[in-house]
Formats: sequence, structure tokens, C-alpha cells
Amino acid sequence: MTAVFGVPLPAIFGQLMLGLVNGSFYALLSLGLAVIFGLLGVVNFAHGAFYMLGAFAAYVGLQYLGLNYWCALILAPLAVGLLGVVIERLFLRHLYQIDPLYGLLLTFGIALIAEGIMRGLFGASGKSYPVPELLRGGFNLGFMVLPIYRAWAVFASLIVCGLTWFLIERTRLGAMLRAATENARLVQAFGINVPLLVTSTYGAGVALAALAGVLAAPVVQVSPLMGSSLVIVVFAVVVIGGMGSIMGAIVSGLVLGLIEGLTKVIYPEASNIVVFVIMALVLIWRPTGLFGKE
Amino acid sequence: MRAYIGLYVALTIAAVAAPFLGLYPVFLMKLLCFAMFACAFNLLLGYTKMLSFGHAAYFGSSAYVTGWLMTAHGWGTIAGILAGVAVAMLLGLVIGAIAVRRQGIYFAMITLALSQLVFFICLQADFTGGENGLQGIPRGRIFGMIDLSRDRTMYYFVLAVFVAVYALIRRLVHSPFGQVLKAIRANEPRAISLGYKVDRYKLVAFVLSASLAGLAGSLKALVLGFVTLSDVSQGTSGEVILMTLLGGSGTFLGPVVGANIVVTLQEYLSDLVGAWVSVIIGAIFVVCVMTFRRGFVGEIQWRFARRAGEQ
Repeated sequence: MTAVFGVPLPAIFGQLMLGLVNGSFYALLSLGLAVIFGLLGVVNFAHGAFYMLGAFAAYVGLQYLGLNYWCALILAPLAVGLLGVVIERLFLRHLYQIDPLYGLLLTFGIALIAEGIMRGLFGASGKSYPVPELLRGGFNLGFMVLPIYRAWAVFASLIVCGLTWFLIERTRLGAMLRAATENARLVQAFGINVPLLVTSTYGAGVALAALAGVLAAPVVQVSPLMGSSLVIVVFAVVVIGGMGSIMGAIVSGLVLGLIEGLTKVIYPEASNIVVFVIMALVLIWRPTGLFGKE
Repeated sequence: MRAYIGLYVALTIAAVAAPFLGLYPVFLMKLLCFAMFACAFNLLLGYTKMLSFGHAAYFGSSAYVTGWLMTAHGWGTIAGILAGVAVAMLLGLVIGAIAVRRQGIYFAMITLALSQLVFFICLQADFTGGENGLQGIPRGRIFGMIDLSRDRTMYYFVLAVFVAVYALIRRLVHSPFGQVLKAIRANEPRAISLGYKVDRYKLVAFVLSASLAGLAGSLKALVLGFVTLSDVSQGTSGEVILMTLLGGSGTFLGPVVGANIVVTLQEYLSDLVGAWVSVIIGAIFVVCVMTFRRGFVGEIQWRFARRAGEQ
């Protein structure tokens, strides 16, 4: 059996696959974070909490309402996105004119509330979510066994990322969004309903986070704190990629997930911190991030 | 100004008399430690408008170093505290040097990410005791004779350090250095165009704030006799922000008031509502950001200033 660094090859591929799965979640989350920041100027600290709520919506749907995975994949992002819309209307809207730090603090408070409520209702321990019938088992690729669900999670994330990219960069709606990011008042003067655009952008970004949560539910344990450390990694991803670029967010999410997976093979103790170390190195080398414009 | 002196005299008398009024000294010391932590944090948020989202890194790592040196290596109290502060200072220098390269929201995210790095190091390193933390940290004695194991003695020691730190921060803010910091807060590009090396000022403020946060952490380790992972965690970083914001950032007494409110709330609520305490903390955050951005002390000062303006 071939081995690298004393680790058998199939194990390496297994870790890389898991890294790719995580990376695709990073990509989905940092994409939403970047779009929200671009238009609202708000760094959405609650992004990890919405990811957690998405996973819990899937869990609750299955346990109590009898909704299967495929329903959850559609309904959970809708429900959580709607919650995002309500939060934007009630709270965030009033903070656009003041220092952007307050948006960060507000969403931090919302994340605390969401996590606290879920912990109060479901306890702190993780719950397992079964892999849907259709996606169980694995392909034998010869050099490794590829679990079908993981392949599906990566595939679905990449499709959604691609669609989002297309929506923003290649459609009329995306053109309005990009224009409003550059100069909201001017776009409003052209008769476009910018407040509606802002609200729906926040809702859509939040829905992306919830979708990542549903996709993650069968891979990781569903727990109230699953988002709180993830959101910090995603912040680091966004700082590395630079918040200006959609493609930058997707690519750096995937690559950093892979690097994390690789670190788990070579030096497992560092796998938690490798993204932060890379962030520090990138900042020393290029303070604006790899794809940043500023 | 005269009103201020009166207020400070009253507060000092209250603080000196507090252990005799039936208040539990360990609780009072905890209040003082967190008030010191919040004052250190306020030096950044209040006077330079730098939101560090990872101040627990300095608070906690200093607590760990002091606790470890005193438990495992038999260091003295003063040496242990100074070593902890030195580590916090060094950490502040490294993280600060990276973070001040970006402003505003990016600064917050970078400090948060790097503090998470410190958290994971504390989780995995041997000397921190991992998930269990450090326990049974002795308080030792100072100047070779004053035994700190009695709560009341320890209280006056902590109080003395707190007063010194508070006075130092007041002095710093009123110094020419503090004026430059306020200029950066008001208009950073302008401060740069006036020839100030803004990044260097910000870094110095950051290192000072980190060191004082470390001092607060070391004292807390001695007061309670243990250090846990929550001392370096994101939650503690959030709490110190809330304390400063709630009391009034950019005011001297604000962080002290805020720390008292938050610590007292936690002390009583955690018995009453258990896990729901973070919901309440989160709700206070939301209310504070939406309607109460000046904080208690800031609000009072603003009202006084407005009334003075009307007359």
C-alpha cells in the first residue's frame, strides 16, 4: 500500500474529501457574507447562527414534522431566510447610517440569542441527522471509497455557488445589485427600489447560510454551537480572499478547506489553526487580501 | 470637575468599606477584575475607536501563564503576575502589528480570528490543562510578608492595583499621546495628513490595552484560584465589549459601571435561568446597539452637557 508521510493513501484522500466538503461550506458561507457586506456594509456575525438554524430546521422537520431531507433542502433556507428578512426590517435597517461596527455588534447579539434559545430548547449535545436513503453508501474509485453524500454536498454547494455567481455577475438583477453596491442613492434615483433590494439580499445571504447548514447536517453533529466557531473561520476566509470579489470568496473557501484537510493528514494538531495562520501570513504580505481591491 | 472629585472620593470610600458591608469579597474582587479588563478594552474602543473582538486572548493567556508559573514552578505572586502581563504584552504586540494594518470592520475580524488561534493553542497545549483548565492556583504573598490567602487582604491588594490602573488610563487619555489617539478616533486620514504615524500610535495603544487586560486576567486567576478555557474564549471577548458599550465607551467610569452590571447579572441569572443567560446577554446587546449607544455614563454626561449648553 502506498503511503505519504507514513499515512496510507486512501486516508489522505478521505481527509482531502472531507476538507473539500468543509471548503464548500466555507464557500457558501463566505459568499453570503461577502454579498451582504457589499450591499449593506454589515459584517453579519449571525451568519454562523443562521447556518446552525438551517441544520436545526432540517432536524426538527425530520423529527417532529416528518419532512424529509429533500423538503428540508428547500424549506429550511426559506424559513431561515424569512427570519433574516424580519431581522433586517426590524433592526439592521436602522443602523446603516452609523458606524458599521454597530452592525457587527448587533448581529453578534442576535447570534447569542439564537444559540442560547436552541441550547435552552435542545441542550448542548450534538444530534445526528441520518443521511437520506438515496445518497447512502459509496463509490469504489479504486484508490478510495467515495461516500456518495459527501460528493453530493460538494456538488450541490458548487452548483449553488455557480448559480449565485451567475445571478450576480450576468443578470439584470445582479447588475442592479452591483450598481447599488457602488452607489445606492444614484440607483434609487433611477427608480429602483433599493430598500427592497437590500432586504432581499440579506434574506438571500442568510438563506445560503441555512442551505449550508442543511447540507452539513448529515456530515457533522447538529448542535447549537456548530456555527459559532465556524463563523470565525469564515471571517478569516473572507479576510484572506478580500470581501470585494464573489469568485474570490468561493475559491478561497474551497482552497482553505482543502488545506485544512491536508493539515489533518500531515500535522493534525495544527488543523484547527492553519486557516488563521494563513490569514496572518496573507495580511503581512498583502494587507488587502488576495483578491481585495481597496 | 469638583463634582468628579466628590464622586471619586465617595466611590473610594465605598470601595474601601465594601467588605465590611456584608458583601462577599470574592465577588467584589471579580467585579474589580472585570472592571479593570473593561477599562483596558475601553482604551481601544472608547478613545481610538478600534473594536478588538478578541481581547479575551490577552486576559486569558496572562491568567494561564500566571497560574501555571505559580502552581507548577512555585513562582512568587508579583513575578507570576509580571510574567503573565509580559506574555499578554508580547501577544498584543504580535497580533496588534498584524491587525493595525487594516481598519474598522476588518480590524475587528482579524483580532477575532487571531484570538481564536490563541484559544486553540490554549486548548491543545500541555501547560493549560486543556479542557480541565488550571486549578488550585495559590495566591502566595507579596513583599515577602503580606499573605494574600485571606480574602480581605487580597481584596485590598486588587483594589490598589485597580486604582493604579484606572489612574494610569486617565493619565494616558489626558496626555499628548491620548490626544493623538482621540484625533485618530475623530478623523484618521486627517491625523495621517498631519504627519502622525497613526499605525504606530494605534499599535502602542493596542499593546497597552492588551497588557492591562492581561493584568486583569492574572489577578482574576489568583482571586478565583482557577483558569478555564472560557477565559480565553470568544464569549469573554464579547462580554467585555458589552460591558464597555453598556456603561458607555469613551467615558472613564462607563466600563466600570458596565462591568458591574454584567457580572452581577450573570452571577444572579445563571442560578435562575441556567443556559438562557446567553439569551439575556444577547438581548441586552441588541437593545444597547439599537437604542442606547451612549451607555449609562455616556447618557448621563450627554444630558449634563446639553443642560449646560442650554443655560
